[in-house]
Amino acid sequence: MTDVTDLGVAAIRDGIRTKAFSAREVADAFIVKVSKAKALNAFIVETPDHAIAAAKAADDAVAAGETLKPLAGVPIGMKDLFCTKGVQTTAASHMLEGFIPQYESTVSRHLWEAGAGMLGKLNLDQFAMGSSNETSYFGNVISPWRRGGGDNAALAPGGSSGGSSTAIAARLCPAATGTDTGGSIRQPAAFTGISGIKPTYGRCSRWGVVAFASSLDQAGPMAHDVKDCAIMLEAMAGFDPKDATSLDLPVPKWEAGLNSDMRGKKIGIPKEYRVDNMPAEIDALWQQGIDWMKDAGAEIVEVSLPHTKYALPAYYIIAPAECSSNLARYDGVRYGLRDLPEGANLQEMYAATRAAGFGDEVKRRIMIGTYVLSAGFYDAYYTQAQKVRTLIARDFESAWMACDYLLTPTAPSAAFALGEKSADPLAMYLNDVFTVPSSLAGLPAMSVPGGLDKNGLPLGLQIIGKPLDEQGVLNAGLAIEQRAGFTARPEAWW
Amino acid sequence: MSVDQNIVRKVASLARIAITDEEAERLTPELNNILGWVEQLGEVDTSSVEPMTAVIPNTLRLRDDVVTEGDQRDAVLANAPQGEHGFFTVPKVVE
Amino acid sequence: MTESTYRIHGDTGEWEVVIGLEVHAQVTTQAKLFSGAPTAFGAEPNTQVSLVDAAMPGMLPVPNRECIRQAVRTGMALGAVINKWSRFDRKNYFYADLPQGYQISQLYHPLVGEGAIDVQLDEKDPESPTKTIGIERIHVEQDAGKLMHDQHPTRSYVDLNRSGVALMEIVSRPDMRSPQEAGAYLSKLRSILRYVGSCDGNMDQGSMRADVNVSVRKPGGELGTRTETKNVNSVRFVMQAIESEAQRQVEVIESGGRIVQETRLFDPDKGETRSMRSKEDAHDYRYFPDPDLLPLELDDAFLDECKASLPELPDAKRRRYEGDLGLTAYNAAVLTADADTARWFEALLAESARVQKKGEPEVARAAANWLISDLFGALNRLGKSIDTSPVSPEEGAELLALIADGTISNTIGKQVFEIMLETGDTPGKIVEEKGLKQTSDTGAIEKVIADIMAANEDKVVEYRGGKDKLFGFFVGQTMKAMQGKANPQVVNELLKKALG
Repeated sequence: MTDVTDLGVAAIRDGIRTKAFSAREVADAFIVKVSKAKALNAFIVETPDHAIAAAKAADDAVAAGETLKPLAGVPIGMKDLFCTKGVQTTAASHMLEGFIPQYESTVSRHLWEAGAGMLGKLNLDQFAMGSSNETSYFGNVISPWRRGGGDNAALAPGGSSGGSSTAIAARLCPAATGTDTGGSIRQPAAFTGISGIKPTYGRCSRWGVVAFASSLDQAGPMAHDVKDCAIMLEAMAGFDPKDATSLDLPVPKWEAGLNSDMRGKKIGIPKEYRVDNMPAEIDALWQQGIDWMKDAGAEIVEVSLPHTKYALPAYYIIAPAECSSNLARYDGVRYGLRDLPEGANLQEMYAATRAAGFGDEVKRRIMIGTYVLSAGFYDAYYTQAQKVRTLIARDFESAWMACDYLLTPTAPSAAFALGEKSADPLAMYLNDVFTVPSSLAGLPAMSVPGGLDKNGLPLGLQIIGKPLDEQGVLNAGLAIEQRAGFTARPEAWW
Repeated sequence: MSVDQNIVRKVASLARIAITDEEAERLTPELNNILGWVEQLGEVDTSSVEPMTAVIPNTLRLRDDVVTEGDQRDAVLANAPQGEHGFFTVPKVVE
Repeated sequence: MTESTYRIHGDTGEWEVVIGLEVHAQVTTQAKLFSGAPTAFGAEPNTQVSLVDAAMPGMLPVPNRECIRQAVRTGMALGAVINKWSRFDRKNYFYADLPQGYQISQLYHPLVGEGAIDVQLDEKDPESPTKTIGIERIHVEQDAGKLMHDQHPTRSYVDLNRSGVALMEIVSRPDMRSPQEAGAYLSKLRSILRYVGSCDGNMDQGSMRADVNVSVRKPGGELGTRTETKNVNSVRFVMQAIESEAQRQVEVIESGGRIVQETRLFDPDKGETRSMRSKEDAHDYRYFPDPDLLPLELDDAFLDECKASLPELPDAKRRRYEGDLGLTAYNAAVLTADADTARWFEALLAESARVQKKGEPEVARAAANWLISDLFGALNRLGKSIDTSPVSPEEGAELLALIADGTISNTIGKQVFEIMLETGDTPGKIVEEKGLKQTSDTGAIEKVIADIMAANEDKVVEYRGGKDKLFGFFVGQTMKAMQGKANPQVVNELLKKALG
């Protein structure tokens, strides 16, 4: 009999519909896998009851011969940045340890309304700040992947959605939610050999998602393949009047619209993405991707995005600036941690609470953000960064005159070992070099697995599309997926 | 522009994050490193460029003047570290 | 424009006071600026709080159209520039009444730009000089919550009911030079807001409060350093705060000190300002555009509606009352000072014209006089305001019609009004039941006159001998005997005839 935990979203959904297995069997199988994978530290909280309740509803609907909801009986993982009513939501911080939201985020509500169940809340970099999942208060997430040749070094699952990537790669859940501010869906997807898409800014509501950087944060799905991403995104997306930046547009039928035929499409190759010291394997994979695209019928054109090198510095002004303000609400007054030293006044309570509640990386970014917004520096840093952001967006607009999609590597390297970069914040930030520009421009972008490096670790390719063209991005991703034939999976050691 | 420990302490104070002397000492080169790196933005000629205001072309929607929430004190106070008589409480403030 | 001669007399000579006001006016709406929580005054603590107002993780602001509309209408009423493109900024600081850790306000691109208000320096004297006070800007922002310090020995209590309520901050130019000018400006501004309906102007409920910027200088000299006295909540207190703060500044400077730019509080009991406990950090609010909100772009249809829905404003109304209705400058000023009074007067006027089948200008003067002397007098006595008047404009108009058509005299009219206030009965019913109808029955009056002349033969002789003054005596006696119900004109005619 099939191990249902090997299946993806579409296969589980279809299997429940055709009664190949019950939703309860699926839920139980994943619940067992989750409970046995503590070594990966992917979950902060496990919620088997939630998954079982959704499974029961799906099975009842099957028994009653009702039309099943789009995700009926599909158990998923929920990044612990989405507020879930009655279930602890921490953003992987000490600050929010024990915080029980009295509300459900719009994206998670959409998923539950589509029939999905929740296996648990997934670990992440604290407040989604990090690229290796080493900043969580609840400990590092360990990638299920290991380098070949008996190297047992614990590897980074990428970040910030590292719990999501690890859980999917280790088949603890068929899909999960992620959020992407500068690459937090795409880079972990690339590191773990799965797919993930960050839709156009505004597609998924930010309401109820713990904010990092408001003008960049965007939720999206992570799953085994492109089709599963399309199914998940259809459920997650949609206009939300409670988010003033939400796009008031209908949700396209992305799954039904999947089409990997690239004939008549132009794929842009941005020359500025050939960065110094990029491993040859990444370059080779990129070339491989280009060849696959040609094979799919696309025309390849070289394009220029001249301001690419300024994207990361601009991002590391804008994101910290927004975060320094967004995280001001964590003050120990209304919820979360309060640290009140003997005899402390209000302002001292704030300082003590925030010192105890935030991890080093969060503090670092709050400090940078506070500094760049402070009197006398605002124009030189923040205003200049937002101007550069305009130029970066213009670069993309010019590129769209010449091509339909851009193809780039997702990350400049394969997964690195935990601890390898955590001592040097700048080296860590450089991980996002290929993902940040499209975040700054709010564009849809996805990572799909392309192959393995010499150590047997996954590498990802990124497709960036025009605003609102998630369909095109998914289609291009599918064209690569079909040609890459990526079937590698980590051997279970946990 | 580079920051010294005094500026680091001042920024930490503005951000209401208590830091020890050791932390101030450690953070100073870290922040200088990051700030020095982001300052390369100064190279870009932006004299005729407007700062970005909306990531994706979209205008601000306004909602109707209708009461849709309220009367949910229990939910509002549910996670309060300290509260009594329907209030949040904080160390006494002298104005 | 008249230059104020208000001066502080110091040891080193005279000092001029320079004043600017930042008025925070609560926008009259059902729901808050960025959340759907209600705004009503006086609710139980934390019962009018949305998850957005409490700044729960992941909560987002969505602006209330009515708040924007009312601020635009207010700007239009002040003849101000309306910025079709504006945006919201965050003002970052930590305080227990500020759940988000920032206030959403507008620094860089406010909704409303420059405008002006003409103020009469003495509201009661329409001949007093007027002065134009510049408005620098109006922006929309969130109110903070409330801290209470007296409930517990070591804790302050936080109530977020006000958190997120919409405020308009109306910033004047530093154009005022005396407490009187500032008081007149604040009163006029309040009047305009109430006309527009954008703020109820209830200063005792905190719907309107002023931050008072004061500096002193030698007349015509360079501007001095200013202090800002926060949250002063009545016209009288604003005037007191200016007076005492200006006096204090002069004393500081003259004794060799320096004015520190600082935030102060007004203590109404002592009538003085005092420094707020100085903050550890110099304020650095780190304003930046709120990334949760897009730029606010207004279209012509929106602006046209705002314009079309503006009522007639006090200055225009006053000119019309004087010009078209022929009211005295004083009466026009009194009737237009407050929107409720003007509304009541116009209802009275319309009804009077209707029942008397006359044009409004023909009935306006009597209506104005009655409202200002009789009705206001009664309301004062009863401690009521015009919107809680026990007598309606319709009843007032009925009373005025009875006087105008001679059914009752002015004197009887006053009696009827008193009975109306006591019983709530209509004037017609009172006149009918109490038999107060004025009589023009010449037979009855002639009989009374004959009796009076018979009883006062000596006075008749004196009168006929040339003592004309005595005519008044005969009128009074006749009216008295007729219990005030005789038509005075008829009495006059008949008396003249009888006395010869």
